[in-house]
Amino acid sequence: MADVPCVGIDELAARVPDGASLSVQKGDERDVPMALAHALIRRGVRGLHLITLPTAAYPASGMMVDLLIGAGCVDSVETSGISLHELGAAPRFSRAVKAGRLKVLDATCPAVYAGLQAGAKGQPFAPLRGLIGSDLLRHRSDYRVIDNPYAPGDAIVVVPAINADVAMFHAEMADAEGNVWIGRDRDRLLAAHAANEVLVTVERIVPGSFFDDEAMAAGTIPAACITALAVVSGAGLPLTADGRLDLAEVLRYQRAAQDDAGFDNYLRTEIFARVPQAA
Amino acid sequence: MDTAITARPEELYASVIAELLAGARNVAVGMLSPVPGAGTLLAAHLSGGQTRVTMLGSRAHSRFTNGGAELFDRAGRGAIDAFFLSGGQIDGHGNINLVGTGEYPQTEVRWSGSFGSAYLYFLVPRVVLFRWEHSRRTLVPQVDFISAPGTSPHGVHRPGGPVALITNLCLFDFDRARGRFSLRSVHPGHTLEEVRDQTGFDFDCPLTVPTTAPPDAAHLELLRGPVARQIAAIYPAFAERVFGLPQ
Repeated sequence: MADVPCVGIDELAARVPDGASLSVQKGDERDVPMALAHALIRRGVRGLHLITLPTAAYPASGMMVDLLIGAGCVDSVETSGISLHELGAAPRFSRAVKAGRLKVLDATCPAVYAGLQAGAKGQPFAPLRGLIGSDLLRHRSDYRVIDNPYAPGDAIVVVPAINADVAMFHAEMADAEGNVWIGRDRDRLLAAHAANEVLVTVERIVPGSFFDDEAMAAGTIPAACITALAVVSGAGLPLTADGRLDLAEVLRYQRAAQDDAGFDNYLRTEIFARVPQAA
Repeated sequence: MDTAITARPEELYASVIAELLAGARNVAVGMLSPVPGAGTLLAAHLSGGQTRVTMLGSRAHSRFTNGGAELFDRAGRGAIDAFFLSGGQIDGHGNINLVGTGEYPQTEVRWSGSFGSAYLYFLVPRVVLFRWEHSRRTLVPQVDFISAPGTSPHGVHRPGGPVALITNLCLFDFDRARGRFSLRSVHPGHTLEEVRDQTGFDFDCPLTVPTTAPPDAAHLELLRGPVARQIAAIYPAFAERVFGLPQ
């Protein structure tokens, strides 16, 4: 590994300071760094501002965000949707909102992407169609309506750039140079371009360079974008070792998280009692 | 055989949705939308290759290569002809609420969030609304939170919007100029009185209300054959329940 430090999972978690803005992916790919979230909870990180890109509404991503919220790590979240997909609501998220413990910046998916694209380009904002007349716009003081400078009389929304302090995600593999392979899912590349630091968990590190193979290079995040890596054995809950979603595990979590005692017990047995495996 | 008796409700809804999509070139299907997904796949089979389907969360039915933003970018260019939206609440003006009930932000009931609705509702010409719980709690006079408005004033860029609302009781058309729903048909086994009792908003109604046409034999054969197998790859529990395909 030339430039990208490959560290243990707790050392990776130590790179997320209290109060950081932290971006997470939407979870339709194997992009959910559950082991890193567990390490953040064990460390007791506080005051995070989570940004879901653009949602966390697949079972694994919803569960990870719900865990971080329930464990008290999160003060605010910008999102276009948080749920456990077909299993229904994310219980700790719903409860925290109702209790007034969590500030939600409600967004719509393309507004998150527009902000992220602006952030990735180093631009201050991006214009976006839609939104006018919605309560989303009414409650987002950082979204503004401007007059299209090229066609006066045409109102259009602008959203501020999103530059997270830290992006965290999982990927299948990195190569010996620290390049990270993501396949066709460009969202993680965009997240890496927009964030100031990029922390990645991978299942394995393979010899050579993905850039030696044009087909692989097309789906690769260059090592220059990656701050640090950790190798986690297996993909981590709730994914099985072969990368399939273990829906029964998410369901077990959902049931446990219905009340405080059940959730605390889940944290104790599934997160605090587990010693991370060395890479 | 009388298909009105043998068709399952979901097969009826999917068949109606396929009819609503006639002529569409590119149809996108969002998350948690198995019935719209089945209807869209049926429309694709019926179109003889003219209708392309993109389903979020499906590798087999996605030809996007530029990440999650691509759907919105394509919609912005007018390249997505039809999409589906639902809501915890839908009101008589076509406003939808995906955020929660009670006073925002500390909502009594908090739902997942607005997803792409506040954009796609404006940009996609043919948005079909769906709600499988037709009740006064879901179809309300005024939503508690507008995730996306049904209509927009003059001067707001809005090539898109709702064309119809399908529920477990009936099919409504939406009149964008007037911002109102009008009843098109009531599904077999249900009545106008039931629709009136269960709808919280005012709607227009023809003098004689037709019964929704059940799927014909050709639709049922496609639904139970290739569509069932395709939808099972994305929604296995749904395919097992509706089409009897083992998971």
